[in-house]
Amino acid sequence: MSFILGLIGFLSLVAVFLFFRSSEILSVAKKRISSSFEDGKNHINALSGVIFLVLSTIGIIWYSYDQFDNYFLPMASEHAPEIELLFWVTTAITFTVFILTQIVMFYFGYKYRYKKERKAHFYPDNHKLEIIWTVIPAIVLVALIGWGLVKWNKIMGPPPEDAEVIEVVGYQFAWASRYPGPDNELGNSNYKLIDVENIVGIDFSDSSSLDDFMPREIHIPKGKPVLFKIRARDVIHSVYLPYMRSQMNAVPGMPTQMWFIPSKTTAEMREETGNENFNYEIVCNKICGRAHFSMKHTVVVVEEWEYIKWKNSQKSWIEKNPDYYANFIKNNSTDIAVLND
Amino acid sequence: MGVTKTITTKTNVKTDEHHDEHHDQSFIRKYIFCEDHKTIAKQFLITGIFWAIIGGAMSSLFRIQLGFPDFDLTSLSPVIGNWLTPQGKIDPEVYLALITMHGTIMVFFVLTAGLSGTFSNYLIPLQIGARDMASGFLNMLSYWFFFLSSIIMFISIFVEGGPASGGWTIYPPLSALPQAVSGSALGMTLWLVSMAFFIVSALLGALNYITTVINLRTEGMTFFRMPLTIWAFLVTAILGVLSFPVLLSAALLLIMDRSFGTSFYLSDIYIAGEALSNQGGSAILFQHLFWFLGHPEVYIVILPSLGITSEIISTCSRKPIFGYRAMVYSIIGIGALSFVVWAHHMFISGMNPFLGSVFTILTLIIAVPSAIKAFNYIATLWRGNIVFTPAMLFSIGLVSFFISGGLTGLFLGNSVVDINLHDTYFVVAHFHIVMGSASFFGLFAGVYHWFPKMFGRMMNRTLGYVHFWITFIGAYLVFFPLHYIGIAGFPRRYYSFTNFETGRIESFIDLNTFVSIAAILTFVAQFIFLFNFFYSMYRGRKASSNPWKSNTIEWTTPIDPGHGNWPGKIPTVKRWPYDYSKPGAKEDFIPQHIPLSSTKESNMPEDEHR
Repeated sequence: MSFILGLIGFLSLVAVFLFFRSSEILSVAKKRISSSFEDGKNHINALSGVIFLVLSTIGIIWYSYDQFDNYFLPMASEHAPEIELLFWVTTAITFTVFILTQIVMFYFGYKYRYKKERKAHFYPDNHKLEIIWTVIPAIVLVALIGWGLVKWNKIMGPPPEDAEVIEVVGYQFAWASRYPGPDNELGNSNYKLIDVENIVGIDFSDSSSLDDFMPREIHIPKGKPVLFKIRARDVIHSVYLPYMRSQMNAVPGMPTQMWFIPSKTTAEMREETGNENFNYEIVCNKICGRAHFSMKHTVVVVEEWEYIKWKNSQKSWIEKNPDYYANFIKNNSTDIAVLND
Repeated sequence: MGVTKTITTKTNVKTDEHHDEHHDQSFIRKYIFCEDHKTIAKQFLITGIFWAIIGGAMSSLFRIQLGFPDFDLTSLSPVIGNWLTPQGKIDPEVYLALITMHGTIMVFFVLTAGLSGTFSNYLIPLQIGARDMASGFLNMLSYWFFFLSSIIMFISIFVEGGPASGGWTIYPPLSALPQAVSGSALGMTLWLVSMAFFIVSALLGALNYITTVINLRTEGMTFFRMPLTIWAFLVTAILGVLSFPVLLSAALLLIMDRSFGTSFYLSDIYIAGEALSNQGGSAILFQHLFWFLGHPEVYIVILPSLGITSEIISTCSRKPIFGYRAMVYSIIGIGALSFVVWAHHMFISGMNPFLGSVFTILTLIIAVPSAIKAFNYIATLWRGNIVFTPAMLFSIGLVSFFISGGLTGLFLGNSVVDINLHDTYFVVAHFHIVMGSASFFGLFAGVYHWFPKMFGRMMNRTLGYVHFWITFIGAYLVFFPLHYIGIAGFPRRYYSFTNFETGRIESFIDLNTFVSIAAILTFVAQFIFLFNFFYSMYRGRKASSNPWKSNTIEWTTPIDPGHGNWPGKIPTVKRWPYDYSKPGAKEDFIPQHIPLSSTKESNMPEDEHR
């Protein structure tokens, strides 16, 4: 296979070279190479520009229309439509500018291609024009920024008081999650307590950590604010939920957070996408090493009543790992005070 | 060029009057440790081309992985043997190493050293009317530091554990901890050492460019009579001087963290079954330092290209560049603003959202001078008499990319839209078009345009056209589809999407294959350029002294200028460089050294101020 490919490559190189040499010799013989640099292939190049423009515009519009459902993800959080509206308005503006400028440019290229008898128009500046195309973009940009910042401050602002708090911890190459349990308070954690079993380093000397539980999948309720408290254990990761239009980096040594309100349950989304295996997933979106591409965690969005039922059925971590807790108490009884400082 | 005089280069530069001589130099002084800016420029260019081939080949390799995930590369094993898994696929860590090195090589070694190093060196003395750079010796050192840095970076590709593989942005802790990824062992050390030498090279070069432009302009060459190329190189050099030292400090602190147990960037880390003792560091600090260089860096990459194309578009439209002063102020404005937008790379890094707001505002402001430049280019084409040389085509291609890639910046610069697009393929599309393709096109345009000056011969025009059209269409076919993949939320730097969100793997299999084919074909097409370049160097048609009928004074030198550039006196400059198609003039161009007194028929009242 590769031998054939190599041979084809080599032969085509030889063919190109022979063609090149013969055409060069021919043009010298025919004295086609003029001493004046203007006599080139102006017409064909100008025309090619226009053809390129037409074909690529058709291609872009066709693909954008035809494949819309493929590249536009359904939205699954309450702020997602707000981001998307701004996205699409920006798209409308930029696409218009894009098409218009390219049309004008390639059209000028064609219309004003070199002709021996014509002389270019000496036109060094026009302050009025320049002011116009300084001020108009500036105004449009101010509008986009203003709009963007209002939404940014809302989405990135402080979460509602009643938000469900869930800790999300990234490590090479998986995610872990921890819920505060019935007391609604996440217990302390300390990276020095991390080991094979206690993967997020829960500090059990803090009484509020005793009822914390760590499920295999994150469950969140539809229609309620959810606050992710994000940590990383080793390198930087990024919590990315494309359907929720939410993303935040997980940084070792610097807790971060993000919040959103889910607006579609997993079941609803399965119906909408027609994919019965559909699941929301946290995907890692910051390069983090060998298995970066497979670092993900399932997120299940359910109705609020289902969520409460699920939550109440969860066993706390120490309930699941009684031996670990017993050992912890035994080993750390003296150190705990130090650690807590 | 006759009499040989034995005066030192230093005096050559200073004394304008008697300098028409060539030194009989040894081969080594003439071609290797040479202090002539023209030779140094060619050294940068050739080294840059070497790196571009390596960087491009790497992208073809990882595009095979992305476009043809099942492709068996075993037949390549004589070349890339231990990079493959037993199934003949690229190893995931090698994949990361490839994208890391591709980015590093393209951004720093090709588009900074290869572009600025070539054209700032070549054009500054020739276009401002100087014998050479202010310090030929430092200029020579600048190249050889770059060479040293290149050697180290090249070696790093082959060391145990592979080259750096934390992305070209080398964010710690990934780049700080060898436990995290094998490329963060020796490969990363060599990366940092190489970059330290690279920064030395960039600083030596930039200081020289600035000094030369400020001090060695010929008589009459006021700042506002400088061609836009020189303005672009000057601002680029200033950006380099102010920002590269910050990268050096970032790298130095990283070296300390890696090798000497400090905790500048490290805190609370548990890795490979062990809790590290580092505490109190900030991973975000590195990002601030890195992007304080990193953002000006993208303008260091694009500004020289914009300068080059301003010159070419004006010459080949046979028209003055539209709004010369506005172009100058835009370059200065872009340069100044480029220092206050860095954190738009960090909107979701966990930094304070308020900071995000500030950087959103500053970032979108920088779009205004960029827009002015784009509109002025198009206005220059209007009612011109456009000659489509290959250089002109590449310049028009650059404007096309600059617009299409610049516009997607309005998405990414708006923090709230960036939440969903950050680190997706949309970003990849954006910067490969606006920074990668646009700058590469400026580089190509410059080579095609100044090749006659560099080598005294013309490049083959037909091959230039073929090269342009394949590359132009190819680059759009490669990078435009990536926007869709990004809008769909596909993360960048993913080795494969087989594990990505159930049911979505099929979404873009065909498109990825398509992109890969386009990328590989476009890469292969660059060999047309390489052939044309080396072939024309020896066999190309002999050039005339001013083949493009251009106004700038580099075309007043002999066809093959010797050390010192002009035999005899340096020409004095009497006018601005854009007197093309002046009404009433005999020819459609009036070079800069022609005094107004001899062109009475075409003088205008404004000429006094130009």
